[in-house]
Amino acid sequence: MADNIDIKVEFTGGLEMLFSDKRNHKISLPAVDSDGQPANVAFLIKYLCENVMKSQKKDLFVLDGSVRPGILVLINDADWELEGEDQYELQAGDNVVFVSTLHGG
Amino acid sequence: MSGYSTNSIDSTVARLRQRVQETEAALASLKRDLANAETQAREAHDLSQAYQGGMPLGWQEDVFAALSHTLSNESTGPEPYQSQTADHGVEEAGEEDEEEEEPGDWKWPLRAEEYRRYGRQLIMPEVGLQGQLRLRNAKVLVVGAGGLGCPAAAYLAGAGVGTLGLVDGDTVEISNLHRQVAHSSQRVGMKKVDSAVEYLRGLNPNVNYRCYREHLVPQQALEVFSAYDLVLDCTDHPTSRYLISDACVLAGKPLVSASALRTEGQLIVLNNPPRRPGDTDGGPCYRCVFPKPPPAESVVSCGEGGILGPVVGAMGVLQALEAIKLIARGDHLSTVSDDTPMADSTDGEVPSPKAPTASPPTMLLFSAYSSPQFRSIRMRSRRPNCAACSAQATITPESLTSGSLDYVAFCGVTNPVTLLGQEERITPSDFANLALASPDAVLIDVRDTTQFELCNLPGSINIPWSKFPDVVKQEAVPLGKDVFVVCKLGNDSQMAVKVLQEAGSTGRVRDIKGGFRAWKAEVDPSWPEY
Repeated sequence: MADNIDIKVEFTGGLEMLFSDKRNHKISLPAVDSDGQPANVAFLIKYLCENVMKSQKKDLFVLDGSVRPGILVLINDADWELEGEDQYELQAGDNVVFVSTLHGG
Repeated sequence: MSGYSTNSIDSTVARLRQRVQETEAALASLKRDLANAETQAREAHDLSQAYQGGMPLGWQEDVFAALSHTLSNESTGPEPYQSQTADHGVEEAGEEDEEEEEPGDWKWPLRAEEYRRYGRQLIMPEVGLQGQLRLRNAKVLVVGAGGLGCPAAAYLAGAGVGTLGLVDGDTVEISNLHRQVAHSSQRVGMKKVDSAVEYLRGLNPNVNYRCYREHLVPQQALEVFSAYDLVLDCTDHPTSRYLISDACVLAGKPLVSASALRTEGQLIVLNNPPRRPGDTDGGPCYRCVFPKPPPAESVVSCGEGGILGPVVGAMGVLQALEAIKLIARGDHLSTVSDDTPMADSTDGEVPSPKAPTASPPTMLLFSAYSSPQFRSIRMRSRRPNCAACSAQATITPESLTSGSLDYVAFCGVTNPVTLLGQEERITPSDFANLALASPDAVLIDVRDTTQFELCNLPGSINIPWSKFPDVVKQEAVPLGKDVFVVCKLGNDSQMAVKVLQEAGSTGRVRDIKGGFRAWKAEVDPSWPEY
């Protein structure tokens, strides 16, 4: 098994402010987590918090162990609820988007 | 008597022979003429027959009626000058002649003005006659007359929606005008609903406008929604978004929902088709997509985060587009007629055809500064345990209308930040006096760079709050000096004071209470308000 999976991660809807104002990130994610399990989206979220996030406001991204309410997670242009949510096992080349819901009008 | 002369007989014969020849030639000519005449007569007869058979009698009557109408108009009609301008089609370039009336025996499904006003969309197969009639019969409710609602209502009115309801309790402010295109500088201070309708009437006076000059409340939502075919959520807060979605589910109305902030927008058609709670064929509602509200402190308004006018405008226009698509197709009709109890159809009859199942739900994301700017994402269907639209729904018409559902509490409220004690804070007027007396004190402005550039106090240092903890960590802030921290409203400044204290500041660190808003009120009225 390859050591790393290269994926694209994108933050929008204001979440990019938590990630150095950068929308598009190329992430080289360990192919397995510390328990030797294949890297899934739950592992990606943890990895992003520990390695990519610059802001102190972690609770604007994660709350109670998952992304906070009001954030949609899209895996290859589909709501992650169609793909197994945080248990989806990432493949090389996957595109994962975290988008904060907007409320203005 | 052989007195006959052969000469004279011969000449007689010759003369008679010549007359016979001449008569025969004339006869032949007559026969040709006859034949020609007969051919013409037959052709004329055939043509006449053809017309008789090919044209309905009614058409001929129409023509005669129209001719006689024109004739009577000419004899008794208005000024010859007017009829001349109409003849020359002057109104084609300008606006319609309001007095243009159909003759009493007008028999077309649309009025003459409607043919002209909606002509450009009427000739589209996506609309056509049936679509236009459905638009004319449709009642659409637009909740929110702001950045989304203004363009959405304008395009719906322009398209000839029969009844347009507008709900908003706000009044027009000057800071609305860069994006809320139905309002005007002259109408600042007017109720947004009244201002918008004034604009919309100018655009299309043929629409029936209904004004609701208060914010939508749970107690009235069902009653209001039930009078409409379709609802547009053009509001700006999660509390109203959950309320509108719940009321749409309970009233059985499709919902076109959009939102925008800064440079981005989102659009989704919800509860389409609007089946009853528990019917998995229905489209997802707002709660299916967002079962839990976002933390109140993560909700950013346009006033706080900013908004580009065309961004929110584009989303409002797209809402109108989705509404027009839905209505012109007649989706809202088939679902209404489908209201008969489906569970009871045990009589072996072929079940009444359901509305064509809507295409799988998608959400449109717009990001003005990304490439591509538009992205369509596949969304989930109804959530099996949804509080509003599932078989286990806990939200009922009774609970909604009784007011027992507290949407404000559900979404949470942000409490004013009070991190600091009195001794760690200073009022703007005290600061103004003190600053003159202590020139060594440092003033740190933690607004972002864009805001700092708009207006700032001389000598102040700009360290945006988003970078503040990092900057402090890098020891770029003097920890031995007296420090004042200021921001726009006095929230971030308190957090910045905490950061400085935790970093081991030995000087006295205080925040300016109420930020620049209080500064303007107490000290400097000329401070720009933005």
